Amino acid sequence: MVRKKQEDVYQEFIKGLWRDNPVFVQVLGMCPMLAVTNSAVNALAMGGATFFVLVASSFLVSSLKSWIPKQVRISTYIIIIATFVTVTDFTLEALVPTIHKELGAFIPLIVANCMILGRQEAFASRNSVKLAVIDALGMASGFLFALFALGSVREILGEGALFGVPLFGPHFEPWVIMILPPGGFLTLGLLLLFFNWVKERKDRLAAQLAEGEAS
Amino acid sequence: MSNRPELTMKAPEPTSTRLVVTLGFAGLLSGLIIVSVYEATLPTITAYKAKVLKEAVFKVLPGVSSMRRLTYRDGRMIAATGEEEEEDLVFGGYAADGQLIGYAVPNAGPGFQDTIRLLYGYLPQERKVVGMEILQSRETPGLGDKIYKDAAFVANFDELSIDPEIITVKKGRKSAPNEVDAITGATISSKAVVQIINRGNQRWVPRFSGSETLPKPTPVGAQ
Repeated sequence: MVRKKQEDVYQEFIKGLWRDNPVFVQVLGMCPMLAVTNSAVNALAMGGATFFVLVASSFLVSSLKSWIPKQVRISTYIIIIATFVTVTDFTLEALVPTIHKELGAFIPLIVANCMILGRQEAFASRNSVKLAVIDALGMASGFLFALFALGSVREILGEGALFGVPLFGPHFEPWVIMILPPGGFLTLGLLLLFFNWVKERKDRLAAQLAEGEAS
Repeated sequence: MSNRPELTMKAPEPTSTRLVVTLGFAGLLSGLIIVSVYEATLPTITAYKAKVLKEAVFKVLPGVSSMRRLTYRDGRMIAATGEEEEEDLVFGGYAADGQLIGYAVPNAGPGFQDTIRLLYGYLPQERKVVGMEILQSRETPGLGDKIYKDAAFVANFDELSIDPEIITVKKGRKSAPNEVDAITGATISSKAVVQIINRGNQRWVPRFSGSETLPKPTPVGAQ
C-alpha cells in the first residue's frame, strides 16, 4: 500500500517532466514559450517565475478547495494566480531589473498562461495538497525544462553563445533568424518533431516486446 | 457552468451572499498582499531607475560631477520644480566647482520596430554632441540592436558637430565632423537615432544659447 502510494507520488511528478510535458506534449503556454526564449537566461527567468506562480497557486487552491464554492471557483483561481503573478512582477523588478526589462510584458501575461489555470481546474482542486504540490512541481519543472531547451538552442545558434559566454570564437557568423520570432517557431517545431519521434519509437518498442511475450 | 449535474447535485446551492463574500474576501486579501509587496519593493525600484538615469547622464557628459533637472520657462533655463512633463526636462551637468559643462537631453522617436528612447550629451559652447546612450529600444536583435551594442557606432557620437545638422553616411564614408557612419543592415535604425538627436537639437539648442544665467546645483551630487 505504502509502496503504491510512493509510486503514485513519483508518477505525478514525472508525468509533468516527460509524458505530459506542458509544452512538448500538451502544447500549452505557447505565448511566453515563443516570445521570451531568445536567450537561455530569459528562458530560465520566465520558467522560474512560472514555476513559483504555479506551485504557490496549486498549494493555495488545493488547501482552500473546500472553501471555494464551485460557482465562483474560476474567478477565485484567477484572483489567486494574478496575486502571485503581481508579487513576482514587483519582486523581479526590484531584484533583477535587467532581466525584468527583457521579459517586459510577458511577466504580467503569466496570468493568462492556460497551463497554470488548467492545473488548478484539472488537478489542484480535486486532489490533496501534497499531490497538488507534487503535480505542480512536475509540471513547472517540465515547463522550465522546455523553455530552457528552446532558449539555449536559440542562443547557441543565434548568438554563438550560452549564458552570454561565446562558444565558437570570433569567426562564427550568428544565425540572426534564430533569435527572431521565426527562429522560435522553427526550433519549437523541430523539438516537437524530436519528442514525437522518441515517443513513437518507444511505443513501437513496447508493442514489439508485448508481441514477443505473447508468442 | 453551474448547470453541470455532477457539480450541482453534490452540495446544496450556496447562497448568493456566500459567493459574493468569497470573492470579496479573495479580492481583499489579494489587494492587501499586492499593496504590501508594492510598498516593499518601490524604494528599490525607484532607486534603481534613478541610478540608471544618473549613470546615463554621467556617461554622455564626460567630466561631470553633479547633475540637476532643468526646464525652459520665460526665455531661460531654470531648475525644474518637479511638476513638469518628462518631455520638458533636460539634465544640466556641472563640474566640481559648480560650473555648467553641458546638457544631457532625453528624447524619443520612432525606430524600426518601436519607439527608441535615448539620452545624449550636448556642449553648448562647442555646439557638439559628446555622447549618446540608448535608454529603451526594441530594434531587431542582431541588426538594429547594434545602435547600442556596436561600440563603433556609439563612438560616432563621442564628438559630433551639430552644424548644419547631423547626417548619416554609408559605413566608412565619414569625412565631415557632422557625419555618422550608419550600421550596415540597420540603416533605418541608424537614421532613426540621428533623427531623434536632430529633433532634440531643433527644440533645445535655441533655448540653451539664450540662457546666460544658469542655475547652479545647491548640494553637489544631489538628485
